[in-house]
Formats: sequence, structure tokens, C-alpha cells
Amino acid sequence: MKYKTMTAVAALVLSAPVAFAGGADDDTLAIDGQEMVTKTTAPAHMEGTGIDTIMSGWHFREDDTQSMQADTFDNPGMIFVDQAIDSWNTVEGAAEKSCSSCHEGPESMEGVRAVYPKWNEEAGEVRTLAMQINDCRETQMEAEPYKYDSAPMAAMEALISVQSRGMTVDVAIDGPVADTWEQGKELYYTRTGQLELSCANCHEDNYGNYIRADHLSQGQVNGFPTYRLKNAKLNTAHGRFKGCVRDTRAETYAPGSPEFVALELYVASRGNGLSVEAPAVRN
Amino acid sequence: MASGVKPRVKVPSSASAGEAVAIKTLISHPMESGQRKDSDGNTIPRSIINRFTCDYNGENVIDVTMEPAISTNPYFEFEATVPEAGEFQFTWYDDDGSVYEEAKAVSV
Amino acid sequence: MDFTRRETLALGGAAALTFVLPFRANAATTEELVNEFTGGADIADAGVELTAPEIAENGNTVPITVSAPGASAIMVLATGNPTPPVATFNFGPLAASHEASTRIRLAGTQDVVAIAQLEDGSFARSAKNVKVTIGGCGG
Repeated sequence: MKYKTMTAVAALVLSAPVAFAGGADDDTLAIDGQEMVTKTTAPAHMEGTGIDTIMSGWHFREDDTQSMQADTFDNPGMIFVDQAIDSWNTVEGAAEKSCSSCHEGPESMEGVRAVYPKWNEEAGEVRTLAMQINDCRETQMEAEPYKYDSAPMAAMEALISVQSRGMTVDVAIDGPVADTWEQGKELYYTRTGQLELSCANCHEDNYGNYIRADHLSQGQVNGFPTYRLKNAKLNTAHGRFKGCVRDTRAETYAPGSPEFVALELYVASRGNGLSVEAPAVRN
Repeated sequence: MASGVKPRVKVPSSASAGEAVAIKTLISHPMESGQRKDSDGNTIPRSIINRFTCDYNGENVIDVTMEPAISTNPYFEFEATVPEAGEFQFTWYDDDGSVYEEAKAVSV
Repeated sequence: MDFTRRETLALGGAAALTFVLPFRANAATTEELVNEFTGGADIADAGVELTAPEIAENGNTVPITVSAPGASAIMVLATGNPTPPVATFNFGPLAASHEASTRIRLAGTQDVVAIAQLEDGSFARSAKNVKVTIGGCGG
């Protein structure tokens, strides 16, 4: 009951034409002049969640943070994209290959980020972008895999993701991924830790409200990997999941674990319809 | 030298003589303040970029003294007058003696 | 060893003093830095503009802009930081405007101060209070 009331309050605030303190704002985001979809109708599978409009986390940030993302040059996350361009062209591993040996320029990755995580038929598993990057490194390049949420991995994810910036997130939820998606959904609604909080308690029931001084968003991952002012580096989605779960005072799943892969698939699918914003800038 | 230091500079490639142009610079650097402690309680020594300069054809545009209160990945935005065709020189000076340089040509 | 109430209070007072002193020393530093920059000259209230957010979402990266037409130099101080100096912008002959932006670290809610040396050699000061929020989500 309590949560229902809070959701109703949040909805009231959000539906008001003027952005009240606490709600999502009504600004629009254009990155280097390219308009992003930061608010849109929730995908059909979210019926019954109480969320009609899905919103990018961008709407929940202060103006100064928002404007840092509007210009590719002002966005400090792009430093790491530059670094990853070097990695892209660097030959590593026993096969003496670089990313560019098979894929040519990074622009060949256009569209990839918008549909990940996705089913890999050959491997018979749901793969995140990070898993695919490491599969390339191990199988094609015969190089050491990146640590799942390491800086070089986040940078490579950002380089690949930025090729799809402005494209619509369109993650498949049916067919062979259906089981994993259901598992992710279950995790999303499972309370964890001493605080007994699920993802939904904050990001579905209370987005737009404040948790102490933090403005809660809908927990979308369309901007990941994302540059956080807090630690001045790119943060992966799994790194963020880990931080959230730890904040509920629980033992967390590991980045790259099957649980977080499933959770990423489910959370990504809640953003179907938003633009890929990565690398976004958040607090 | 701090590892992976990478300068980025945004300058228009052409301008009319005497025009004021906007310049933005960003460089990857941890800017270790000297105020932080590691997990053993030992102070992490200061390691920052302490000075940034921008010149055009040898004449100075801006010269910034930088302190540990400048954020990680230092960013600057300012305006320069372009009197004739030439080249901007950007220089960052690291505490450890390293110097990072970048140049951008401008046609008039 | 037993302490009377009075002795304990006295000890507490001494301890409090020891803790307060470094902050006093700090405040003096801001003043010293200003004096060093101005040579003790008078400082006017008009002539330099400092733009900073009222509320900074994260103290790690706070965007600021300083502007002082005709100025040769602008010094920025964060009075509440462990070490107040932030940056000094020296403008050369090819500076098209005497304005610059950067991103700074603020240890907490405090006054940020900009002091400019103007064209005629006089000094101007501007200050802005910036509230720094500390979020609930460390993740």
C-alpha cells in the first residue's frame, strides 16, 4: 500500500507540466545536435509495473551534469573512447590480430550496442557486449581476456557503444533468451540485503524521489558504460549493479556472473525505445 | 609519467583574420591530490599537472597555474584571437617532469 | 588516574583547541594567498564575475567560469578545501576574452572566491557559495 501511494505521488509529479523539485525534468537532450529519445512509452512487457513512460537517467541529473553530455567534447567519457581506439588497432595475442584485423574500423560496430545482450546461437547462451569482446579476444586473437568490469573493458564497450549512439534500444526478450529474461526479471523484484531492497523498490516504486541526497532514476542502462563524476571514470552496468546490491547491504553477485547477465538483459529490455546514450555522464 | 595520458583539443580548423575562436581542452590525468590515503592509511603522494599553456605562433593566449583542486581529467575552455594563419601549441606540465604537447593548425 | 569534572572539561577544551587550530591556520592561508596576489592592495567588489552552480551534484567535478574584462590574471580559491588554491589564469596578448572555464574539486559546501587583477592594476573580488551534496548511493 505504502509503495503504491508513493508511486501514485511520483506519477502525479511526473505528469505535471512543470518539473517540480524531485521529479524528472522536461529538458531535451541533443548530443552534438543529434536528438536523443530520453522519454518514451514503456515497452509492452512493462504493463502492470506502474511505469507508462520510460526515462533516461539523464532526466534526473542537475543541469550542469546534463550539459556535460550534450557535447561530445565536454563529455569526459570520450577520453576513454579515444584510448579504446588505440586498443582497437593494437595487435595482441598469439594469433597476432587486433580488433581491426577482422572488423576494420570501429564504425563497423554500428547497431551492435542497441541489441545487446543477445542470444549467441553457436555458444547457446545469452551474451553481453563484454562477453562478446572477451570471446573475440580469447578465440580470435588468442589474447588474455579483459577483467569483466575493468577500465580497458569499459573503454572498449564505450567505443563500440558510441557507434550506436542515437539508435533505439531494441533488445529481444523472447525465443531462446526467454528463460534468461525471466530469471533477470525475478532478480529485479527480489529483495536483497539487510535493507531488504529490490531493484524495483528504488527504481520502479520511487524514481523521482530522493534517497538522502540522491535523486533516484528508473535505473536504465541505455547510457552505460557511463562516466560518473563520483569516480571520474567509466563504469560498467555490472559495476553499477554491484554497487546497488552492496548498498542494500547484501553480498553481491560478481560482475559477469550468470545472475548479472540475466539482470542486464531484463534491465536493458526495460529501456527498449530509448536511445543508446553511451557513454553517458552521471553523478 | 602518469600512464595513458591523452590530450584532446577542440579548435576550429579555419578562421578569419582577427577572429575570436573558442577553444576547449581535455586531458586524461588522475590529478592525485596528495590528500588521499591508501588502504593502509599511508598518504598517496601528490601527482598532478601543475601548469597548462596555450600559445599561437609563439605568442601567449593563456597560462594557467593548476593546483590539486582541479578535477581529474582537467578541462579548460577559453577564447583566443587568431591574427593570421598559424598553429596553436598546447602544453601540459606534470609534477614528475613530463610534458604533454598538442598542436593544431588554423587556416585563415 | 581520576579526573575531576573540572579537569576533564579543561582537557576537553585544550583538545578542542588543538582541533580548531588547523582550521584557523587554513583560514589564514586564504587571506595570505589573497594578500600575496594583491600585495595588500584594496579589493573592489565589481569587475570580476564568478559562475558556479548553487548546488553541485558531486564535489569531484564542479564546473566554474571566471570572467573579468581586461584582467591580466584571475586567481580562484576554494576557501573550504584542505588547501584553498585552485588555479590562477594568466591571460596573454592573444586572449580574445578574459574568461575561462574549468572543473574543480570542492571538499564540501563552501565559498569559492575569484580575485582578478584588472587592466589598471587594481583588484576585484567575487565569491559564490556552492552547496555540495553527498549522495546516499555510494555504488
